[in-house]
Amino acid sequence: MTTFEAILLTIVTASTPLLIAALGELVTERSGVLNLGVEGMMVMGAACSFAAAVTFDSTLLGVAAGMLAGALMAALFALLVLGFAANQTGSGLALTILGLGLSGLIGAPFVGARRDPVAPVDIPVLSDIPVIGRLLFEQDLFVYASIVLTILVGLYLMRTRSGLTLRSIGENHTSANALGLPVWRVRFWAILFGGACAGLAGAYLALVYTRFWSPGMTAGRGWIALALVVFAAWRPGWVLIGAYIFGAATVLQLHAQAAQFGVPSQVLSAVPYLATILALLLLSIRHGRAIGAPGSLGTPFVPDR
Amino acid sequence: MKADVPPSGPPLVELKGISKRYGDLLANDGIDLSIEPGEIHALLGENGAGKSTLVKILYGVIEPSAGEIRLEGRPVTIGSPVEARALGLGMVFQHFSLFDELSVAENIAVALSDDWSLSTVREKLGEISRTYGLALDADRAVWTLSAGERQRIEIVRCLLQNPRLLILDEPTSVLTPQEAEHLFTTLDRLSAEGCSILYISHKLEEVRRLCRRATILRAGRVVATMDPRASSAREIAALMVGSAVGEIRTDAPHHPQGETLRVSNLSMPPAGLHGQALRDINLVARAGEVVGIAGVAGNGQSELFAALSGERLADHPESIAINGKPSGTMGIDARRRLGAAFVPEERLGHAAAPTHSLSENTLISHAATEVSRSGFILMNAARRVARSIVESFDVRTPEGDPQARKLSGGNLQKFVIGREIIRRPKLIIVDQPTWGVDAGAARLIRQALVDLAREGSAVVVVSQDLDELFEVADRMAVIHQGTLSPLRPIGEWTKEAVGLEMLGVAQGQGGVHAI
Repeated sequence: MTTFEAILLTIVTASTPLLIAALGELVTERSGVLNLGVEGMMVMGAACSFAAAVTFDSTLLGVAAGMLAGALMAALFALLVLGFAANQTGSGLALTILGLGLSGLIGAPFVGARRDPVAPVDIPVLSDIPVIGRLLFEQDLFVYASIVLTILVGLYLMRTRSGLTLRSIGENHTSANALGLPVWRVRFWAILFGGACAGLAGAYLALVYTRFWSPGMTAGRGWIALALVVFAAWRPGWVLIGAYIFGAATVLQLHAQAAQFGVPSQVLSAVPYLATILALLLLSIRHGRAIGAPGSLGTPFVPDR
Repeated sequence: MKADVPPSGPPLVELKGISKRYGDLLANDGIDLSIEPGEIHALLGENGAGKSTLVKILYGVIEPSAGEIRLEGRPVTIGSPVEARALGLGMVFQHFSLFDELSVAENIAVALSDDWSLSTVREKLGEISRTYGLALDADRAVWTLSAGERQRIEIVRCLLQNPRLLILDEPTSVLTPQEAEHLFTTLDRLSAEGCSILYISHKLEEVRRLCRRATILRAGRVVATMDPRASSAREIAALMVGSAVGEIRTDAPHHPQGETLRVSNLSMPPAGLHGQALRDINLVARAGEVVGIAGVAGNGQSELFAALSGERLADHPESIAINGKPSGTMGIDARRRLGAAFVPEERLGHAAAPTHSLSENTLISHAATEVSRSGFILMNAARRVARSIVESFDVRTPEGDPQARKLSGGNLQKFVIGREIIRRPKLIIVDQPTWGVDAGAARLIRQALVDLAREGSAVVVVSQDLDELFEVADRMAVIHQGTLSPLRPIGEWTKEAVGLEMLGVAQGQGGVHAI
């Protein structure tokens, strides 16, 4: 394997958790709910999946535990913002802080433990194609799952009745309510889906990417996922592209550090985050309001019955 | 034509003793109402009389505190709009229940049951459009459509479900006179086909045009059920308001002179994603006159207001001159110091800060010229000003110095307009001065604006209410897609001419062919 191929492979690995988490958040936001707690749900997913995987020596159980942890965190968020119509920004930030703290507690006994790599799925013949062969056809199951998920989310939102209902509720919850669409129920499931995806992204980090647990190991990836949704103008296809751009930025800055350009390593580490800020800035300059943003995004829904 | 025989059998819908309580407020108080099959029944009343509450109860959006609804004699509970639709009730909302970013077909599909696929919706949409002359393009996004087209979507959405009763809440408030006439034709036709219509309005003229029976609400109660054609407009208005409505005195002689406001070739790109650009606007307002700007919502009124008030700055100082001074690039306070005053459309959140007290709210505009010294607020002065606004403009407040949000719409509107008038501005620009306020407050506000003009100020009123403009304006222009028609004396305008300008078909040809 050449260095070039290795770099491409790591880019895929770095991009996948961003993609999965951003897709979940995209569905949540399309229903009109802004959940800033992605980082918290992701890190809980990482801690719980690693704990379960080590305890039961099963990657499958680890993944299930990670998704469950993310969904439970999301359910707590749903209770606050749907049940009590609490401020979504505040609740989301609180969720992140809670997740970072709680995951440290859950993960503490597992610091220092390691997991074996997850075996890639090797598609015979195709994976022998030079350069792109291994890149496209010898990845772990998560990578394929994330691509399939992108397509499914896209089809769901744009091609199904249920997706149309979800988009309508996100666009204008007052009208949706007046028409009798179940605003709360749809938002609840959308929030839960977002949580499960963040949890899955966390599980991928802990079980495939690093294969160990350390507190705060998500290192801001939840925030990048949030920015990706805006960058992608709430469209799944663009989330895929965006995730790979940001994943590439993360990996390439590591190689740039190794190549010793004479730039302080801290500056290079900041590149993905600077890129996030830049993407948001460019978008807001180009369009007065963020293009494609669901109309009711971030506003609590209180019907007057 | 319908036969005038008394209907046999029970009425289609019967409301008995419907009440709705919000805290201390009885929005509906023991309302009885019955609608016969095929009848166009008017529900008349002032803003705040309880009309919207009543129809939302009928449509299952809100729950009544007491009372009974009967459908063809059988008692029913309508727990949600879905149930209402299943029972054959359809509703066209005043503020449309549409989704801006979705297409016409998607907007219709989302309100129908799951067994409607997008392609069936498309098919049926074409059918209904042809039958009723309601032209609609299935794939256009709603935000690109005019208010009249948006209303068509709502109507088609109802018709697809073969309703027995169609409820329309203030349907003409956003339409041009021509679009309204088109709507009336459709409604007449539906009624002839046996569909009942409950028509909610506060406009007498159209109710007399359409309906044979009207129920009049005042302060949550039914005050009369009558044939609107058998009584004069004045009698009905008195029933709605509870006392005779005085007319505005505009007869004071006036000789406008001096250009207080001159707008020259003002153009501006749209502010937001769905905004309207301003194109080459020319406008002069002279001391002593009221200038009216008519137009259907969303044709650049808010953009024009933002440009005149300085919320958005023009590229050239010369495009706006206040009292002869180029001020196109000046901020709001700088313009206020030149003697201008501004009242935006949205009273809560734009003209006034909801959770601030009235005295704090005076600071919003008065801080430019008074009640503050070297950056510190003179709180006592502010309280004095607030008190004198409350007294001079008959603002009814629940307590001494309440939060702005505690005031009713009409009272808050009197406050925000009074706040500017009390500064004795040389120029005042008001966007929608009486939107959604009761008749009493509307009269007081209009009179105050006319009086201010007669005392030598220039008054610019932007309004979608044509009756209001014909009442107060000395000269008027119509705004259509960001272009302003020539300013003409009010006597030279007819409603038809205004309607043509609103549709943008009046330029040059003067043809009626476009309708």
